[in-house]
Amino acid sequence: MGANFTWVMIGCALIGAGASAVGVFSFLRKQALVGDAIAHSLLPGVALAFIIGGEKSIWVLFPGAFIAGWLSILSIEFITKSSKIKPDTAIAIVLTVFFGIGIVMLTHIQQSSYGNQSGLEDFLFGKAAAMLPSDIALFAIVDLVLISSIALTYPYLKLYSFDPEYSRAIGLPVRFIQFTLSSLTVLAVASGIQAVGVVLMSALIITPAAAARFFTSRLSQMIILAMLIGLVSAVGGVYISSLAFKMPTGPWVVMILSILAISAFVFAPSKGMVSRYNKRKEHQLKVRSENLLKLFFKLEEKGESIHFSRTELLNHRKFEGRDLETILKSLLGKRLLARSQDSFSLTEEGREEATRVVRIHRLWELYLNKRMSIAADHVHHDAEAIEHIITPELEQELLKDLGYPELDPHKQEIPGTKNLKP
Amino acid sequence: MIAFEAHNLTVSYDKQPVLWDIDFEIPEGKLVGIIGPNGSGKTTLIKAAMGILEADSGFVKIFEKSPDEIRERMGYVPQRQSVDWDFPATVMDITMMGRYRKGKLFGRLSKADREIAVDSLKRVGMYDFRDRQISELSGGQQQRVFIARSLAQQADIYLMDEPFVGIDAASEESILNILREMRSAGKTVIMVHHDLHTALEFFDWVVLLNTRLVAAGSKDEVLTEENLRTAYGGKLNVLSRIADLVKRQEYPLREEDSKE
Repeated sequence: MGANFTWVMIGCALIGAGASAVGVFSFLRKQALVGDAIAHSLLPGVALAFIIGGEKSIWVLFPGAFIAGWLSILSIEFITKSSKIKPDTAIAIVLTVFFGIGIVMLTHIQQSSYGNQSGLEDFLFGKAAAMLPSDIALFAIVDLVLISSIALTYPYLKLYSFDPEYSRAIGLPVRFIQFTLSSLTVLAVASGIQAVGVVLMSALIITPAAAARFFTSRLSQMIILAMLIGLVSAVGGVYISSLAFKMPTGPWVVMILSILAISAFVFAPSKGMVSRYNKRKEHQLKVRSENLLKLFFKLEEKGESIHFSRTELLNHRKFEGRDLETILKSLLGKRLLARSQDSFSLTEEGREEATRVVRIHRLWELYLNKRMSIAADHVHHDAEAIEHIITPELEQELLKDLGYPELDPHKQEIPGTKNLKP
Repeated sequence: MIAFEAHNLTVSYDKQPVLWDIDFEIPEGKLVGIIGPNGSGKTTLIKAAMGILEADSGFVKIFEKSPDEIRERMGYVPQRQSVDWDFPATVMDITMMGRYRKGKLFGRLSKADREIAVDSLKRVGMYDFRDRQISELSGGQQQRVFIARSLAQQADIYLMDEPFVGIDAASEESILNILREMRSAGKTVIMVHHDLHTALEFFDWVVLLNTRLVAAGSKDEVLTEENLRTAYGGKLNVLSRIADLVKRQEYPLREEDSKE
């Protein structure tokens, strides 16, 4: 392999990066399946180009693939416009019809005496090793076209993908933008027939964009990240499949792609599952801590003591399993509680925090009662939830709206309102 | 001057005619409400005027010209729910879109464009949110961003599709103030509106639709009990049955219009 293998890798890197960049727009326009239809439809184009050109060089097959891809887009458009068939059905029809014809032609070629026909079936699932150094130039040209077109028309593409009707309304050349996007998609898909194959190529269009979306909310960053993910999967998949002789490359590219996408889904900061789980846990701990502080405040309010043991706390509030221990530990750590032997008491800061929570709770009860005419005996439950999310700004507004009240609907004191009066 | 004129306008949606032979004029500098029951063709009228939908027959003229000739002077606010707000873009990105023009090479924008966008955001009170992701906005804030985008177009006539739907009181107040500002600056604002009660308070000119034109004119002329009964009091049975028939026809009913 040696030098040739290096060329193959470079070729795959170009294909992965280019396809993923274009794919971002397919993804954002919710056109994922169109990519799949194009990919499957390339097959008859490839077969016909082989019959006419008589050789397997990508330079011969690529034009055939490109034309077939465009025909599939036009067919989908034609079917949806001229009949009552909805786009998803039109896509399915075009995909299967084109692919079926492609397989028939492929079988025909293999049973006839075209010579040099062996290996044409590699275009189904991809065989990157079949790439020649002279093919790389084609991929470089395709990438150049893709990336420079996106860079040049970026603002148009962005607006069109977000709001196509508005683009038309302000008189942008919508037909031209559509044509550009479709051509770029066909180019990108067609470039992958050798390395990934027509069956799985759409994964390289959509999956990198879907994964990248988990990490960023900036379109430009999303494109670059998607390109990186596409590049790594293409190169990685080809490398792994090269270790096992006679394995098609497409499935391996998709395997790596899927692993990356699933990792993004699980581990991405802020949008991933793990991070969302942690946030939920954090909020839960916050709610429980605030509830325990409130308990201290209320017990103090009754005036019995300011030191309470675990047993006393458990008498007034139910805690699951080791919850009480976790919460106590967290509050001790934040110095909101102090401990002397087996009993706990509020620190200065702890009392302030507890006062704040109780104040918000009672303010909200009063608001529900006064402004929304909800009966006093129905407001407690709602306030139990709202007290944990009201921000200081909203608290100020509540205070202002209610005129710095001192008593809640149950005639209990709303603590600390006097100090907050401006 | 006549800001908006619909002449014998018939438009179909999904092959079913939803506007029949609409004919009316709106003078410049008015705050205009397009009012009518659900499915009465309000949105279709706006989309046809903006050139998003094609008319089967008839035409719309803006300032006595065809919309295509005068697009730079037409601002547009689509229905808020017509786009995916999870799109990766900031408030500033969306507002800047109002500066794109046909012919501006590849959509590159200048510093002056940016200043206009900033100014538009300030007017709707969304400047502090300029770097915020649009997915993080409330419904009312999203609507204000759409208004800012249309303000950035610096148009003379604005067509808006239900800008008051699903927004908070603060946003409603803010949008209403902007509309009044626009009117005092001599702009014409035409909007689809669903709420009859507020229509009386908001607008000075009303177009009452129910698939065909019921009435158009100053609000006192149009919002009479009789007109409202005609517009809202039950569908016209024969008309809607004919619309169904037309939908089932294979071929266009009319000959191609010679476009004016």
